[in-house]
Amino acid sequence: MRNSSLSFGAIGIVMGTILVWACSEDTAEHAGTADKKPAPKTAGAASATREVHTPPPPFTEGIFPCSECHKDMETNPARRDLTDEHTGIVFEHDSKNRWCLDCHNPGDRDKLRLASGALIDFEHSYLLCGQCHGPTYRDWKAGVHGKRTGEWNGEKRYYLCAHCHNPHSPRIKPIAPFPAPRPPEGRPFILGGPGK
Amino acid sequence: MHFVEFVKASVRLWLSGGRYYWAWMAFLLVLIASGALAYAGQLSEGLVVTSMRDQISWGFYIGNFTFLVGVAAAAVMLVVPAYVYDWEPIKEVAILGELLAISAIVMCFLFVTVDIGRPDRVHHLFPVVGSLNLPSSLLGWDVVVLNLYFFLNLGIVTYMLYATFLTGHYNKSLVIPLVLLSIPAAVSIHTVTAFLYNGLAARPFWNASILAPRFLASAFCSGPAVLLILFQILRRTNGLKIRDEALSKIAELMAYAMFINLFLLGAEMFKEYYSNTEHIVFTKVLFSSFHGKTDVHYFMWPALVCSVGAFLLFLIPATRRNVYTMNAGCLMIYFGVYVEKGMGLLIPGQTPDTLGEIFRYAPSLAELRVSAGVFSVGFLLFTLMVKAAIPISLGTVRAAAAPPGH
Amino acid sequence: MKKRPTTNDSRLTTHDSGPGTQDSGPEPSAPALDRRGFIRLASAAAASLAIPALSACDERARAQFLRRHFHELSPEEVKGLVKRLEADAKERFGRDCTIETKPAVQDASFGYALDISRCIGCRRCVHACVKENNETRDPEIQWIKVLEFHKDHGIDFPEANPYYCGPNDEDQNAPKTEYKAPENPLSPLNKKQKAILENQDIQYPLYQKADGGGSNQCAVPRQGRFYVPISCQQCRNPPCVKVCPVKATWKEPDGIVVVDYDWCIGCRYCMAACPYGARHFNWGEPQVAPGDINPKMHYLGNRPRRKGVVEKCTFCIQRSRNGQYPVCVEVCPVGARKFGDLEDPESEIRYILEHKRVLILKNELNTRPRFFYFYSV
Repeated sequence: MRNSSLSFGAIGIVMGTILVWACSEDTAEHAGTADKKPAPKTAGAASATREVHTPPPPFTEGIFPCSECHKDMETNPARRDLTDEHTGIVFEHDSKNRWCLDCHNPGDRDKLRLASGALIDFEHSYLLCGQCHGPTYRDWKAGVHGKRTGEWNGEKRYYLCAHCHNPHSPRIKPIAPFPAPRPPEGRPFILGGPGK
Repeated sequence: MHFVEFVKASVRLWLSGGRYYWAWMAFLLVLIASGALAYAGQLSEGLVVTSMRDQISWGFYIGNFTFLVGVAAAAVMLVVPAYVYDWEPIKEVAILGELLAISAIVMCFLFVTVDIGRPDRVHHLFPVVGSLNLPSSLLGWDVVVLNLYFFLNLGIVTYMLYATFLTGHYNKSLVIPLVLLSIPAAVSIHTVTAFLYNGLAARPFWNASILAPRFLASAFCSGPAVLLILFQILRRTNGLKIRDEALSKIAELMAYAMFINLFLLGAEMFKEYYSNTEHIVFTKVLFSSFHGKTDVHYFMWPALVCSVGAFLLFLIPATRRNVYTMNAGCLMIYFGVYVEKGMGLLIPGQTPDTLGEIFRYAPSLAELRVSAGVFSVGFLLFTLMVKAAIPISLGTVRAAAAPPGH
Repeated sequence: MKKRPTTNDSRLTTHDSGPGTQDSGPEPSAPALDRRGFIRLASAAAASLAIPALSACDERARAQFLRRHFHELSPEEVKGLVKRLEADAKERFGRDCTIETKPAVQDASFGYALDISRCIGCRRCVHACVKENNETRDPEIQWIKVLEFHKDHGIDFPEANPYYCGPNDEDQNAPKTEYKAPENPLSPLNKKQKAILENQDIQYPLYQKADGGGSNQCAVPRQGRFYVPISCQQCRNPPCVKVCPVKATWKEPDGIVVVDYDWCIGCRYCMAACPYGARHFNWGEPQVAPGDINPKMHYLGNRPRRKGVVEKCTFCIQRSRNGQYPVCVEVCPVGARKFGDLEDPESEIRYILEHKRVLILKNELNTRPRFFYFYSV
């Protein structure tokens, strides 16, 4: 029993890596065109011409590249409260079992690191998320989880997980809604009035 | 041309009348003018001057329309005993029923016209130039049957009066089939109007098959109630010979109709309260202040009391024959059915709306003025028609005769 | 902390959406300009068009009165009709508008899905829809209505709260927020909200632009509540079409239920028949500030309406027939809205039908909507 689950796991990792590689290839190809406005395409275009773009990851101003500060620093793998920098980060993402360096690569800080040890750019952070959130990742690739814009039968643009979810605290935060509708007001002569 | 003479004679009759006649006419004309002004405002500003909104998109106008279709249908129902059973006491007054039907239908047309957002496009409802959506739209069917009914009655009355005016009698073999035809037509206008609501699955309060029978039963009460009072007025003012026997017979028929109406209402109430599904909210709106946000119950409870009271008054022979209690019963029926088929149908049908919102509707001043104007047009029309029709049908005004002196 | 979003705003604005948005960047006085522009345009229009308009209007009114049903018009007649309407729009708003009559995309059959487990009730879709489709601001018509429900009651319409987080919110537990009525009822949105509709990218990253954390401001999603936005369900068996007495509303081949605003007589029977409250009536003359008009119009969609007629959602026919997603899909910050071709096995909508469990509102009425709700989690 134990053996078979181990070998399944191994196969899974291998396949995952292949998938990761394939995906990153695919996305890297189009990364340069991410900002380009989707060209208007006549409706009814064949599904083969579908393209997917993602906008760049949402970094806090001035935070990237990370290596700017980290390249001369010694890596401290100890779990601790960060008091000098990154103090604004609230870490609520399975924080019991995980720590910064589970995702951020300790060597080249401008990269993220998958469980396999593979390094990826921040543009492809979804691969990192997808390691644990498999079904959600699958839905995202199908355009069902998360946001897509563009053309229903043509070029589309994806948003990354990190556009909506704070990677350190992924639960969606409450936001202020746009104005409520105005309740109807009749002009009753007697009785009636707005439903109070 | 004889017809010109006929029209001239009618106009002469319209212009002759006592103080009360002219006061009545002046009263109606004032209301019509006020209604016309209010309607002009509605035309320029839009239906925003009413209290209707998306949550309750049919209000006072359509409620009155529904009530009047009932009046129109039931007026002709008096023709059933008159011609089918050849029952003389009612026969002589059947023509009044038809005149009432004509006036009621005109009011129906006017209520629909003032209710629609684009009266300038009414012609889209016409055949050939428009695109009447038959057979699928019940409103389309309503247009058809109301018009048929209107022209049928108009034709019968005009022919009868004109022929009597010319020759002193009319061709019964021509009139009776038409009169008989107007009976199913009367049933159909009210059935189609009921189906108009009944067919809307989105509105559970209306989507009950008991609605059409209830409409007919209540029409059999309200139509004759209007006529009974009219007969008494005409007996005094126009010297029309109507026997008390006829009046109490009609009242007896109304008692049966009211029993059926109350029974059907009770059956509906039983279903709602016993099964107690989510659809009960509409019935609660009808009979109570739902979440403190509705007002129909203020009218519905008195209406129910009136209907039951009138039923008892008409059931007991002594009170049925007494003029005072009979008239009181008529007024009670009129009020009961007016509420039940007007606001008591429209408001609970749409409150809460399809997405659960409760909007507190009560007619605006503009709606009241326009409606009063429409009713006045109907009354005016009826007054004028009766004014000409009675002397002509009694033979006091004839084509050959010299113009009646003043 | 407060400064961060601002800096991020500008960065994303310039970075993400190309040079086009830079023009609209510095606009502190834009609303004032809009109002002034409106007045100026209105008075100019009144002055310069009054005399020629009389004769032109009469001719147009005559043509309108004499026209036949849309389906009976020849291509030339449709062209003439559109020209007339474009002239009308120009006269009314002082702007050049294009009204297309593009037919349904061949073999396309539209479907829509909304993820109830993701919707947070932010009403961005409502206002984006209003803007895209030229819905009247005063009196107010909104094709999308977002209903708030209790999680422990499910979708129970009599419990629905459409006025959450507004001055008429009846929820006892809602924080008491002070609401100011907008100065100008024609533009109820504040600057920031307008900016989001202009360039939705500035709302990302969502967690930094949340601005709803304040203790006395109403923020969504609220505790124990969920949200169900409702608009036209584009029924395959539409009761509204069935009851229309003059065939002023019909189903297009791609499934969109449309209204010809120039044929509708305003009887509101369709509103009584619609189980979803999706149809809206122009009780008064619709008003949109000329600056807010979306000039890209479709005859069966967002072209200007007049008082006395019914209107409804058309899946943004002016967008969807040109391949674009409806604007509510584009603006939804959490990606809860999905749109596509039911005939295309590769579409998002087909994926949802195959992999998720969908539910239909008021299934028992057999309206067979093209609009599905689903729970992704």
